[in-house]
Amino acid sequence: MTADLALIWPELILTIGGLITLLLGTFGGDRRVGLYQLAALVTLAAAAAAVVAMFGTQASVFSNTLEVDAFGGFAKLLIYAASFICILIAPRFFKDAMRAEYPVLILFATLGMGIMASARDLMTLYVGLELNSLAAYVLASFMRSDDRSSEAGLKYFVLGALASGMLLYGISLLYGFSGTTQFAGIAQAMGGGMNNGLLFGLVFVIAGLAFKISAVPFHMWTPDVYEGAPTPVTTFFASAPKVAAMALMTRVVIEAMGPATAAWQQIMIFLALASIILGAVGAIGQKNIKRLLAYSSINNVGYMLVGLAAGTQQGVESVLTYLLIYVVTTIGSFLVVLQLRDTEGNPIESIPALAGFSQRRPGLAAAMAVFLFSLAGIPPLFGFWPKYLVFQAAVDANLLPLAIAGIVASVIGAFYYIAVIKTMYFDDKSEVEFGTGGVVVEDAVITASALWLSVVGYFFIPVLAVVSATAAAVLF
Amino acid sequence: MSGLPILSLMLAVPAVAAIACVFAGDRNARLIALAATLIDFALGVMLWANFDIGGAQWQFQEMHRGIFGPFNYALGIDGIALVLIMLSVFLMPLCILASWQSVTKRVGLYMAMFLVMEVVMIGVFAAQDLLLFYIFFEAGLIPMYFIIGIWGGANRIYAAFKFFLYTLLGSVLMLIAMIAMIREAGTTDIPTLLVYNFPPEMQTWLWLAFFASLAVKMPMWPVHTWLPDAHVQAPTAGSMILAGVLLKMGSYGFIRFMMPMFPDASAQLMWIVFALSMIAVVYTSLVALVQSDMKKLIAYSSVAHMAIVTAGLFAFNQQGIEGAMIIMLSHGVVSAALFFCVGVIYDRLHTREINRYGGLAVNMPAYALFFMLFTMASIGLPGTSGFVGEFLSLAGIYEASSWVALVCTTGIILGAAYMLYLYRRIVFGELTKDDVKAMPDINPREWAIFVPLAAVALWMGVYPESFLAPIRGDVTTVVARLAPAKPAGDAHVTAGKPKAAHDTHGEAAAGEAHHAGGVQ
Repeated sequence: MTADLALIWPELILTIGGLITLLLGTFGGDRRVGLYQLAALVTLAAAAAAVVAMFGTQASVFSNTLEVDAFGGFAKLLIYAASFICILIAPRFFKDAMRAEYPVLILFATLGMGIMASARDLMTLYVGLELNSLAAYVLASFMRSDDRSSEAGLKYFVLGALASGMLLYGISLLYGFSGTTQFAGIAQAMGGGMNNGLLFGLVFVIAGLAFKISAVPFHMWTPDVYEGAPTPVTTFFASAPKVAAMALMTRVVIEAMGPATAAWQQIMIFLALASIILGAVGAIGQKNIKRLLAYSSINNVGYMLVGLAAGTQQGVESVLTYLLIYVVTTIGSFLVVLQLRDTEGNPIESIPALAGFSQRRPGLAAAMAVFLFSLAGIPPLFGFWPKYLVFQAAVDANLLPLAIAGIVASVIGAFYYIAVIKTMYFDDKSEVEFGTGGVVVEDAVITASALWLSVVGYFFIPVLAVVSATAAAVLF
Repeated sequence: MSGLPILSLMLAVPAVAAIACVFAGDRNARLIALAATLIDFALGVMLWANFDIGGAQWQFQEMHRGIFGPFNYALGIDGIALVLIMLSVFLMPLCILASWQSVTKRVGLYMAMFLVMEVVMIGVFAAQDLLLFYIFFEAGLIPMYFIIGIWGGANRIYAAFKFFLYTLLGSVLMLIAMIAMIREAGTTDIPTLLVYNFPPEMQTWLWLAFFASLAVKMPMWPVHTWLPDAHVQAPTAGSMILAGVLLKMGSYGFIRFMMPMFPDASAQLMWIVFALSMIAVVYTSLVALVQSDMKKLIAYSSVAHMAIVTAGLFAFNQQGIEGAMIIMLSHGVVSAALFFCVGVIYDRLHTREINRYGGLAVNMPAYALFFMLFTMASIGLPGTSGFVGEFLSLAGIYEASSWVALVCTTGIILGAAYMLYLYRRIVFGELTKDDVKAMPDINPREWAIFVPLAAVALWMGVYPESFLAPIRGDVTTVVARLAPAKPAGDAHVTAGKPKAAHDTHGEAAAGEAHHAGGVQ
């Protein structure tokens, strides 16, 4: 037991740090919000350091309910980094509405996501998922006085509860027909032959998880929640939980359902193609930049699922690489959205208002153009590389029709990305005056991620390849 | 020469200059861009001077393994790539000069986009790694999208979208084919892939996937419709570089990838290329004849010329392929010059309507002279570059199939018709319109652009050996690679040395069978 505790340092740090921040907030009031923010950032940095220190350790803890391995480590580092930035950018957005709960909720959500990424048991999986979700529901409606924010929170909660129900139903079926909640045991049962009970369990579990990664047809909440939630929270939703849910999905289908690959592969192919196509078509005609990015995230999840559908180690590597580059792009593009303000500091979210933006804020427009071309996967931007990897995984797994359909649909996706660039670069200046000057941190993150996503990223391919291969190898 | 990484240097110079241009003021951006393109031209001359004709197939090779993980930073050129790189670096300074005064808004960004374009073009022709090639090939979309979209004409946004999406749709299929090739052959190295024998049944679909991409880029009928729109809306220099070099990326892909890598499929499916080329030659020439917009007319003539290139390439013989290469170079120079001719008078009167002009020979004699020269070069008058290419490729096509040659030759006649008709309406006739009367003749800057273009067009027409010598060995390699799969042509090329009766008979029968397939 004590030995097990020594292996979950990141989770312990997050729990203790979160509780301390909560206590500080309770007694200190909302005025000293900078202090809580600092406490949360230190906690995240310490947790990340613990993950790095233990990278490569492989062990099962607490009677095989949690797995400490490189795969979980990779996902956690990404999650922590995304959460770190989402805490950093909050005060400027919320101003007076910033409260002590924000860093605390992010920390607890992060803890839940870390558990999701390491779960090896259906129970731990569910606990992690709900810990994350409950914090997320509150975060979505963080601006209590704003109708859209409250609506987003409510919508997220109701639909999330439905998804949890499906997931639990699937879990109960899997438990009933395999006699265990452990991934290894389920894999053993599935290896012994599939039956309808296991098959239904598999379908419901995947459906519940598909809700979390917002794959079509479980995506309905995404545009509304992304649009309604405060922008820092949307940044958070689009980055960290995507990583956690995708890692969880990967671990479940590979570790628990590995022997039933043939059964879930078809589901993945459907989810992938539906997400790619609907994510692309749905984005056309969107007038709100946050809604557009929501559809873009649906679209990108589709590509990740192409890699997952391959069901091979190469496929998992491509998913991990994709996640990393996706998170960088998403955070970068939402930070640009965060900087879109008029002279009085009110946020601007409408795409037509961006007309001629490149002439008002050339640097910011160029960064946005890099993010959008990168999301579209146009070389030489680095967003091309993960797309190449997932399609390579699909082709190598003999899923040629999937690869062809997916890549042709990517042209539809390119349409709306270049339409935004057209608005920023080709159209005449709109009436809207943009306020200038962001904070140094935001500018630095935008600059760094835009640079990395331009050709610079290609020099990191060898490192990425080694890290993602190490992480993916532990699942096989 | 082994010490200096000259190809990397040629990529680095415009890349660095592009970044500098973004931050420089208008005037400095122009100067930086001109300096960078001239340095690249000088490097290109060095490249040509040090190229060992008849030496190793691949020269100036640079290979850095590992920095990009699964694919390599590998550059290197053969004669075919050399002449196309020369074409690119020759046209670039002229393009910068051509937009010296006509581009007044966001000059820094404009120059940066052109320099990025130059990086892309050199990269495409010099890449020796399949993925590196694809990255450069696709990267060209972004600067061209901006060039058309920001500095284009009234309908520029439609044209920019059409250009981007059309070419992207084609390219993505090629990417899937490349992934399959890498999986099959286990390497991304182009020289290795060139001698790898892909299974015939796989070749067919790989060929079709490449064809989907390259035919759009070329462009071939019926996927050429993006080209007139893009040309008409693009600024003058954009049209020059689009017609001059970007279209050649498509035909370069044919000769570099499709033919030597998939010889069996090329032989089986050559009828598609011949059929589309024949339709393109006749149809687009007729369409060009009725255009009232000068740029559109020249754009359609580009499609017709590129169709002779494809037919020449798929003749599978030395003359055909050499001729196609010369047309590529000649068309690169001549069509760029013709678009500049349009640009010169567009800058003065701001219309591309042919009917708005007339009688320019009276007040713009020097302009009329240059325009005449390039018109003749486009038609293929002996002594100009167009003649050499068209004669060689048609001779090659004739050897493969006399019917295809017959149809393609009508393209020359129709070409003469639409070009001379254009020239007559613009340059000859009465000088009646007052605003046309007020147009001044070409200025020193325009002289500086016309003179090199005219000199090269004549050089290529009078002494084509300079351009044929570097490519001869590489064309022979391609022809040898294609030889086992090559179908018998319907020409009796051995007529001077009579053979046994049954032998000739058999050959003729095979030729008949082939040509029946060819014209369907």
